[in-house]
Amino acid sequence: MALSAKTRARKAKKHSEVKEVWRRFRKNKAAMIGLGLAILIVLVAVFADVIVPYDRTTTQVAEKRLQGPSSEHPFGTDHLGRDLFARIVHGSRYSLFIGVSTSVLSLVVGCLLGAACGYFGGRLDNVVMRLLDVFMSVPPVLLSLAVVAALGPNLRNLLIAITISCVPGTVRLIRSVVLTVVDQDFIDAARSYGASNLRIIVKYVLPNAIGPIIVHTTMNIANMILSAAGLSFIGMGVQPPAPEWGALLSSARVYMFRAPYLLYFPGSAILMAALSFNLVGDGLRDALDPRLRN
Amino acid sequence: MSPLLEIRNLKKYFEVRNGYLHAVDGVNLSIEEGKTLGVVGESGCGKTTLGRTVIGLETPTSGGIIFNGINLMTCSQKKRRELRKEMQMIFQDPYSSLNPRMSVQELIAEPLLVNRVCSSRAVYEKTADLMDMVGLAQRLASAYPHELDGGRRQRIGVARALAQNPKFIVCDEPVSALDVSIQAQILNLLMDLQEAQGLTYLFITHDLSVVRHISDDIAVMYLGKCAELCPSKLLFKDPRHPYTRALLSSIPVPKSSSRRKPRTNIIRGEVVSPINPKPGCRFAPRCPHATEACTAGDIPLKEVAPGHYVACVLED
Repeated sequence: MALSAKTRARKAKKHSEVKEVWRRFRKNKAAMIGLGLAILIVLVAVFADVIVPYDRTTTQVAEKRLQGPSSEHPFGTDHLGRDLFARIVHGSRYSLFIGVSTSVLSLVVGCLLGAACGYFGGRLDNVVMRLLDVFMSVPPVLLSLAVVAALGPNLRNLLIAITISCVPGTVRLIRSVVLTVVDQDFIDAARSYGASNLRIIVKYVLPNAIGPIIVHTTMNIANMILSAAGLSFIGMGVQPPAPEWGALLSSARVYMFRAPYLLYFPGSAILMAALSFNLVGDGLRDALDPRLRN
Repeated sequence: MSPLLEIRNLKKYFEVRNGYLHAVDGVNLSIEEGKTLGVVGESGCGKTTLGRTVIGLETPTSGGIIFNGINLMTCSQKKRRELRKEMQMIFQDPYSSLNPRMSVQELIAEPLLVNRVCSSRAVYEKTADLMDMVGLAQRLASAYPHELDGGRRQRIGVARALAQNPKFIVCDEPVSALDVSIQAQILNLLMDLQEAQGLTYLFITHDLSVVRHISDDIAVMYLGKCAELCPSKLLFKDPRHPYTRALLSSIPVPKSSSRRKPRTNIIRGEVVSPINPKPGCRFAPRCPHATEACTAGDIPLKEVAPGHYVACVLED
């Protein structure tokens, strides 16, 4: 009975807190628009095959090259006569997958390193931070480029490259949040009754640092989508037959004047994806900020 | 009767940019079982560091902490862990000493879960008992600290300290962050618990009226050193060290009609830096009775009356 009371209490707390954050998030119009767009993109990516079969992205029809938008091809066709709408719908899977997986990957690395550095401090902190400084002294795009150039351009290496370029920022952020939590008395209290370091980090430090981490990760998704598209655009990411948005732009730029819609649609898709996650992240930041609580 | 806790020549220095900060510098104290030793002194005199070192949150630079006849500095790691369970701490700030992400029940159960004292079912029964013991209503079990007032929060802190049935508790200014009306409640709770369970307290505070109320013995600290140590009644009746006298004269007299001239003897000058201090009495630069002998060498505590120890050259 006591146990069930405990789980009930936990649920009630989570419930009320999430509700409170949601209440504040809902007031923010821009954030709600962002959330709507983000949900739309996720739905498109999940149900891509239902919306338009994958083989439409590869069917080449010679007589239909570079046709403008029509009822048959809502976004027109590209230089090989492939349906642009199908390609953009299926491309959403690439962008979303890259954005989410690299963010989660850097979050995992960030939590491990950031929490360890902030919590233990000392030599470990010094060594890791100086190493990250080296990474941060190189512009992130250049760093990703160098990694892809060394490993070869494909999807897996693109993921690695983007993750590496975004890990330093994440580690720093998490370290700084952890530092503010570690100072508090309840950490000392936990030590005084013998809690292990691992338990303190998992049950005391990270739960109290969760707000900024969520915000950062959401914003990161937007940044990662942009860098993935950017790298694919210059041919260092997902390679052309695949309908990645950056790659679509890249192959369309030759026909910029004959068929500008080839740029409009993938361009807007990238913009929409990045913008939506940015707006959600912004909204979350405001909603989670304890100073704005009323 | 041998004391439950004995602190022998305990030193804790912190390394700072230009030397060592002598936070606790050769303190000798002992507390008998079931008694309360009050430690008073102004901010920065090392009283909190003393408590933290005793409880194991800081590693002492040198010296011994003997608990129940076993020296914690020299015994095995395993034995130390075991003994530490019998020593707990109540923290000063009930707002920052409780993890805001845990409910009352979880907070109190945490020490039990950490040390795997009993099965998880028994943990929650024990938690409920502890809540009764410190006067927290059961309906608060699922509440979170931010929903409670300072007094209730500090009760959680007390319950948490009691969870493992300790013998000895370091109270680090447990009431200084509370309203005066609630201070009395918590002090009474602590004294009731002491009586019921035979607890031993090291009670750290800067509040002289609090320490008088709760302590059997009082140690007065100044800049990491113990200036005077004696039974609490004696201290208020017959303070010997010039610092203690000045400290006691600073207690405000509540009667406005009092004919008595205010005798507050204000200490001149500033507290000297605890970083690389000069030998001799730390209070000498501010002491009205200072002589050359004061700064010539270290002045040990001397028994001037039974149970009354003073570190002052005037007592020779």
